Amino acid sequence: MSALVTPATILPNRPSLTGRLSDFLWKHPHVLLAILLGPPVLWLGIIYLGSLFALLLQSFFSIDDFSGLINYEFTFATYMQLLSDANFDIIVRTVTMAAVVTIFSALIAFPIAYYAARYAKGKWKAVFYLGIMLPLWSSYLVKIYAWKLILAKEGILTWAFTKLHLLWLLDGWLSLPIIGGNSLSVSYTGTFLVFVYVWMPFMILPIQAALERVPGNLIEASSDLGGTPQQTFRHVLFPLALPGIVAGSIFTFSLTLGDYIIPQIVGSSRLFIGQAVYAQQGTAGNIPLAAAFTVVPIVIMGLYLWMAKRMGAFDAL
Amino acid sequence: MRSDRSASAPLGLKIAAIGGLAFLHIPILLIFLYAFTTEEKSYQFPPPGLTLQWFAVTWNRPDVWAALTLSVKVATIATAIALVLGTLCAAAVSQTRFFGRETISLLVILPIALPGIITGIALRSAFSFADIPFSFWTIVLGHATFCIVVVYNNAVARFRRVSGSLIEASMDLGADGFQTFRHIILPNIGTALLAGGMLAFALSFDEVIVTTFTGGQQSTLPIWMLEELIRPRQRPVTNVVAMVVMLVTFLPILAAYYLTRDGDQIAGAGK
Amino acid sequence: MTAAVLFENVSRHFGAVKAVDAVDLEIAAGEFFAMLGPSGSGKTTCLRLMAGFEQPTGGHIEIFGETAEGVPPYRRSVNTVFQDYALFPHLSILDNVAYGLMVKGIGKEERRKAAEDALAMVKLPGYGQRRPGQLSGGQRQRVALARALVNKPKVLLLDEPLGALDLKLREQMQEELKTLQKSLGITFVFVTHDQGEALSMADRIAVFNDGKIQQLGTPEDIYKRPQTRFVADFVGSSNVLSSATCARLGVPAKAASLRPEAIAIGTSWAEQLSLPGTVTARSFLGATNRVSVDCSGEKIIVASPAAMPVPDIGAEVQLAFSRNDLHLMEEA
Ligand SMILES: Nc1ncnc2c1ncn2[C@@H]1O[C@H](COP(=O)(O)OP(=O)(O)OP(=O)(O)O)[C@@H](O)[C@H]1O
Ligand SMILES: [Mg+2]
Repeated sequence: MSALVTPATILPNRPSLTGRLSDFLWKHPHVLLAILLGPPVLWLGIIYLGSLFALLLQSFFSIDDFSGLINYEFTFATYMQLLSDANFDIIVRTVTMAAVVTIFSALIAFPIAYYAARYAKGKWKAVFYLGIMLPLWSSYLVKIYAWKLILAKEGILTWAFTKLHLLWLLDGWLSLPIIGGNSLSVSYTGTFLVFVYVWMPFMILPIQAALERVPGNLIEASSDLGGTPQQTFRHVLFPLALPGIVAGSIFTFSLTLGDYIIPQIVGSSRLFIGQAVYAQQGTAGNIPLAAAFTVVPIVIMGLYLWMAKRMGAFDAL
Repeated sequence: MRSDRSASAPLGLKIAAIGGLAFLHIPILLIFLYAFTTEEKSYQFPPPGLTLQWFAVTWNRPDVWAALTLSVKVATIATAIALVLGTLCAAAVSQTRFFGRETISLLVILPIALPGIITGIALRSAFSFADIPFSFWTIVLGHATFCIVVVYNNAVARFRRVSGSLIEASMDLGADGFQTFRHIILPNIGTALLAGGMLAFALSFDEVIVTTFTGGQQSTLPIWMLEELIRPRQRPVTNVVAMVVMLVTFLPILAAYYLTRDGDQIAGAGK
Repeated sequence: MTAAVLFENVSRHFGAVKAVDAVDLEIAAGEFFAMLGPSGSGKTTCLRLMAGFEQPTGGHIEIFGETAEGVPPYRRSVNTVFQDYALFPHLSILDNVAYGLMVKGIGKEERRKAAEDALAMVKLPGYGQRRPGQLSGGQRQRVALARALVNKPKVLLLDEPLGALDLKLREQMQEELKTLQKSLGITFVFVTHDQGEALSMADRIAVFNDGKIQQLGTPEDIYKRPQTRFVADFVGSSNVLSSATCARLGVPAKAASLRPEAIAIGTSWAEQLSLPGTVTARSFLGATNRVSVDCSGEKIIVASPAAMPVPDIGAEVQLAFSRNDLHLMEEA
């Protein structure tokens, strides 16, 4: 055998700082994990969860009616207040609106998602994708502003109805109880339209994702077996798209529940949950009641998510 | 996709799909139209005339400039923080098998999954409880918290692609942890991070609800818009600002789309 | 001479799973060593212990006489050709091959030249500017080989490197790998679950099952003299005779292996052993006829040369074989 010094098989420690640190972290992967996880977990845990917890805690305090100061004693009184007629109305109104918005969002979103998933190809696929993403991501306030322009008495909607000689239809609609009002921009109809517009894009993507997983030949098989388009839709397409719809509805429902800006700008003076929270913590200075109000959407969404999970909606996210 | 399926959609579906897209886009187009209207006092349609004068007027408005500058500053710093925290979190979750990853994902998503008003009011009462005065930094703090998820979602998808054998191959060839990060991990997740950063910027630039609660006297551009929406003072200026905001948020979204086009889609549902 | 790789009672347990269990192993320098075994038998884990991606939960590992436990992969002069090749998708082929030299701080010109030489060695000259995505599976495999060899490793680990290739390319690469190994003199440790590949390429083979080495020996040893029923079953289509049958034949009462081509039908000489049986099936395989014979409940396969007459199904026959071809085994 040759007497030449062959290079070592095990190379020595690298003397540089990074070399030594690298060795150390390799030997102690838990330290590495702690370094990676530490900052985000501390940030979210302390700043976010801490605040959230403190807020929930406050809902168990009450406000002293005379001094207006917070009475730091554990009580359910604030929650009882939630159930008073006026407050309960607010909750029912908000949940109803969220449900209706969700249903209509699904109706409008489905054809878009279906077309994008099944028929759009190549360049059109990209067009559809951006056509959904741009409105989804574009400025929330500007979108609301656009509807203020549309719904205004002198705006495009009135103009269009006039041109079509259908103004009587609009007036008839506005004269209906509850959903009508002085003008669209101060009616529930207006609030509803803006809600649907702003949150509907969140419904499209999950439905599209669910539909893209349906094999094309399943639909053909159904029509081959003599299914009419309606039957194919009812028995094949809809059940398969349902997890996507439920996933999308999580967004539309939750976002509508918590919003306070849309009903403030377009709508009647009757409050939604978000507005109630805002008013309670701001002008009324009743932080405990505001905190108790925030628990309502959390509980409703908790129940909703639990049901959605049982329907397998999370696979479509 | 099967090739023998009839390529064209039923007419009804086509109309519904295109109608739906039109419903999404016409209001946005209107914003562009109204920026040029000569009408000052109302939202009259069709505009009686078109003019460029409002751009000049807006240009000379110091309050708009102040709000814009503040928004850009907040979004930049919040994005930087979110980039660091989101990337660290994504790295931890995808590079190591450890038990709590579901919990971590939930923790990251929570600030955006819960209605903004809850995040906002929680932070507000925590700040006042801790005697922290509202400032530029309290806005940044709130924004960074809900921007983490966008970066995290984008990074996690890409980390999954680099994980495992590429990293082992690099170490096998003699690269230590830092060299592997610099030469293998970073180039592979770079565009995803850039896309995540763009989206985080767009998200922060547009945020209004949390800002209302954490902003005190300062007003970002969305807060300025909100005041105009509630109490319109000068409609033409608002029209122009609305159009500019629209454009400013479009650009990062388009950029993010092109950065992540091949491979994973941008995590749009994360908003 | 020090062993290239030495395992002393090495274990790697994942909770209750004993991926590698008390393995002793000594691989000589310059050897072409194959690890053969069914899926999940611990071959990859053994390789990862050598590369440094796993740490043993017990025992001791040496590489060329130096202790390897606790040494990270990047400080071992051991390189791996990964099963999925693991080429870096964002780097050109040349940069992929030069990667190991780059992180060691070798100058640009020098490493470019070394990388080009390595590419020429694996018969891919001029492919340097392409991306991994633009190569075929076989070409990627060669790049992975070049990327490892350019570092002049003391030991090269290959984890089923030919698994993804078609049969023809596979046979060609087997030959090239063998030639390359002989000319470079590097120790190769080669994982496969294809016994033909192991038998034709390796100097020595370790047969794994359930995290343990069942038998370690030359290809001839393994093929002709399997020591356990598992090896006999896994390596070739050897017949395994039960201890009762052996007792009837007058040899020690142990299970024994008997290769099909060592058996003749019908003729028996004095010095031979013989077993009566009934033909149950037969099939023509080109050079041989494969005949299944039932010998009082024991199924025995005979590979009979095509020139010999084949008995009909149901025929009573005598099977004859030499005592030397009967290999007694330790029952596992
Ligand atoms: N990281 C791990 N965690 C838990 N169990 C593992 C891990 N790695 C391997 N195992 C288990 O160890 C056993 C041996 O695995 P190994 O990959 O070494 O098998 P193998 O012989 O290479 O199989 P194959 O031919 O399929 O590649 C298997 O049962 C496997 O499930
Ligand atoms: Mg393996």
